[in-house]
Amino acid sequence: MKITGFISRKGLQLIVLSIVMSFFVGCASIPEGQPRSKKDPWELVNRNVFSFNESLDKYVVKPITQVYEFIFPVYVRERFSNVFANVGDVYTAVNQLLQGKPKTAVEDLTRVIVNTTFGIGGIFDVATEAGLEKHSEDFGQTFGVWGIGDGPYMMLPLLGPSNVRDTVGWAFDLQTDILLTYIDNIPVRNTITGIRIVDQRSKYLSSTSLLGEAAFDKYTFIRDAYIQRRRNRIYDGNPPLIDDDDDIPDEMLEKEESRVR
Amino acid sequence: MNLTRSMNLYRFIPKAKIRHWMMALVMIFSFGVNQSAFAQSIDATPDGLIKNLVNEVMNTLKTDKEIQAGNINKVMALVEAKIVPYTNFQKTTQLAMGKNWSKATPEQQKQVMNEFKTLLIRTYAGALTQVKDQTVTYKPFRMDPTDTEVVVKTQVMNRGDAIQIDYRLEKVGESWKVYDLNVLGAWLIEAYRGQFNNQISQNGIDGLIKFLQDRNAALAKAK
Repeated sequence: MKITGFISRKGLQLIVLSIVMSFFVGCASIPEGQPRSKKDPWELVNRNVFSFNESLDKYVVKPITQVYEFIFPVYVRERFSNVFANVGDVYTAVNQLLQGKPKTAVEDLTRVIVNTTFGIGGIFDVATEAGLEKHSEDFGQTFGVWGIGDGPYMMLPLLGPSNVRDTVGWAFDLQTDILLTYIDNIPVRNTITGIRIVDQRSKYLSSTSLLGEAAFDKYTFIRDAYIQRRRNRIYDGNPPLIDDDDDIPDEMLEKEESRVR
Repeated sequence: MNLTRSMNLYRFIPKAKIRHWMMALVMIFSFGVNQSAFAQSIDATPDGLIKNLVNEVMNTLKTDKEIQAGNINKVMALVEAKIVPYTNFQKTTQLAMGKNWSKATPEQQKQVMNEFKTLLIRTYAGALTQVKDQTVTYKPFRMDPTDTEVVVKTQVMNRGDAIQIDYRLEKVGESWKVYDLNVLGAWLIEAYRGQFNNQISQNGIDGLIKFLQDRNAALAKAK
């Protein structure tokens, strides 16, 4: 991906370097007396990246998203969302195939065809109304299905929660993304990418403040929910039980085992 | 061809009589079905219960003017009245606290449960105020009559995204109670387990109670 459209390569390197440095010498720390999670050996760096992301969101992404929501009525925003979702369905179909699920791959491809034609280039999601269920697959999930473990948890700058496997998966997603790879006109591409980021953020604008209210510690909440969520998606909503019973009181263990997933 | 041949099997019986029998059969059958559907309240099955609750709450949310204007207190009251009677917060809290549950005194357990409940109701109500034109679909549900624990899976369609929301229920006596909720693939209890453990390791159970009380007080004031 080329992002060196308006900043010189040197300047960009400098910015990236200083941001990366700040993650190591930053001010966030692991709360004292807190037990360490096995899944998160890089917690100190992750917490610093997280607080960087939080500030970036607070001062840049969120205000832009609020302006976006102010300018465009819900109806228009929905059309944008649908177009991006339709493009996403192409990757879902490809990944379904890579995961050995040709039947769902065909379903997802049918969604794309129906939405691109009857839904006029994807601006209307007629496929869902017709009863074709939407799925969401990416390379990270595909690697997971192939049996590749998730590796340590990672908080990525700008992109948010991830792990080693999903970060590699994300790089693959990006390489094959038609909206990034096959559009040569840089301003057009940048505009599309911008709207895409804001569109994504706008879906969660209200839920992020709720998250702040509900969480005892936002970092831990996001981490634990992410780990669980990715696992759930790799198993398409039916993950097997984990043997990790350390935290469950003995008198409830028996019941735990019979829990239905 | 096949049809006429098989019809010939009944050629000794007058056609009108067959029609009568069939109508009688249909009537008996449909009567039976209706009877059993009425005899067994819809709340008696876990999926029926969830469908009922969701439909009722969604309808209120979409039609109530004050709620549409963002009155969260009204939504909280709605949740208290409609949903809380069908939940088992003690089990939710107990599982989220894990090992620490048995280390707490009964009084502490009660306090943690009440504060956690208030926090969850508030968050849930906050999420419900976002409901505008979303539609809920229910995934096919299967269970054995002997099951005492089930998961009812639903999907909320929101602007091109399908949001997975599942409910885990337990049979208590004759009725079903929700005790865990899955949003976007993460179960609530599991997502809170680490946080409970962290809080208690840092500040003890009384510290946790204090933390929850402060948070709830701040949220009530922020309103």
